[in-house]
Amino acid sequence: MEEPLPDRATILRAAIGIGLYAGAFGASFGAISVGSGLTLAQTIVLSLVMFTGASQFAFVGVMAGGGSPFAAVAASLLLAVRNAFYGVALSEILHPRGLARLWTAHFVIDETTGMAVSQASPRARRYAFWATGIILFFLWQLGSLSGALVGRAINPSAVGLDAAAPAVFLALLWPSLRRRDARWVALGGAAMALALVPLTPPGVPVVAAAVAALVAGLRPTRQGTQIEDPRPT
Amino acid sequence: MTPLWLAVVIAAVGSYLLKLAGMSLPESILNHPKVQRVAEFLPIAMLSALVAVELFDGGGRYQVDWHILAGVAAAIVALLLRRGFLVVFLVAIAVTALLRLVT
Repeated sequence: MEEPLPDRATILRAAIGIGLYAGAFGASFGAISVGSGLTLAQTIVLSLVMFTGASQFAFVGVMAGGGSPFAAVAASLLLAVRNAFYGVALSEILHPRGLARLWTAHFVIDETTGMAVSQASPRARRYAFWATGIILFFLWQLGSLSGALVGRAINPSAVGLDAAAPAVFLALLWPSLRRRDARWVALGGAAMALALVPLTPPGVPVVAAAVAALVAGLRPTRQGTQIEDPRPT
Repeated sequence: MTPLWLAVVIAAVGSYLLKLAGMSLPESILNHPKVQRVAEFLPIAMLSALVAVELFDGGGRYQVDWHILAGVAAAIVALLLRRGFLVVFLVAIAVTALLRLVT
């Protein structure tokens, strides 16, 4: 018998909100992608198979900036490393077994992780992961396809879409910041990334922010010290 | 296959394999309390780093677009007012677009 899930509608509303953002974000990705020399087919393959927005943006960003295709691979894979870490957190929540792992893994991205970890109960976390993942996947495809088709006609910065990514990442981060230790980790991650911006290739600063989580997670805790409850009561 | 196609395929499949690798770690490793704490902190550190990089990284050097910064500041106000995700998103892009229009 599973516990009731009173916040189902709330989660679904949030997932649709994220999906709508993904459609708009995907449209700007599609437009930028064809604008930086990728074909419609290459743009579609990135959205379908890579399916992780920041890496896709990094890939076409390097191409647009005149980088080699393999610099684009490195930048996007470096950014995608964080999804492996998200997978660690999500295995705890989803417990995928056998073949289920193959398709569950495809949906491991910032938005599904952020939505899953910010829910109060195990069941709500699983529901949030799948609701967000499935809605976002379809709207992301639809968005990036239309964006690529409209192509150069869209000017993402004129409609303020370049502010969407940081605002969205912040909104995903927000619920976790109720915790004091999480606020320190967030500060540490941001500081680590910013310090590396002039020193490393694109993508590396974000990956290096993992060090802040490693340091905070592995540091010795005092005897009898309880980890603060992350969930609102 | 052109180099660009090859790069698209390697990057796309590689990204998927990274997701799969994270999910395939042995359960015994995951049950360690310190690993659990690290796992819990990782998205927080990285989402925070993404916000910072989106706001202040101009391709390997520090750069701020004040329109975007104002848009994100407005989004923070929306978050403080406990607005939903879509409102936060719309506030951020609307403020940024409007400021671009008038400045």
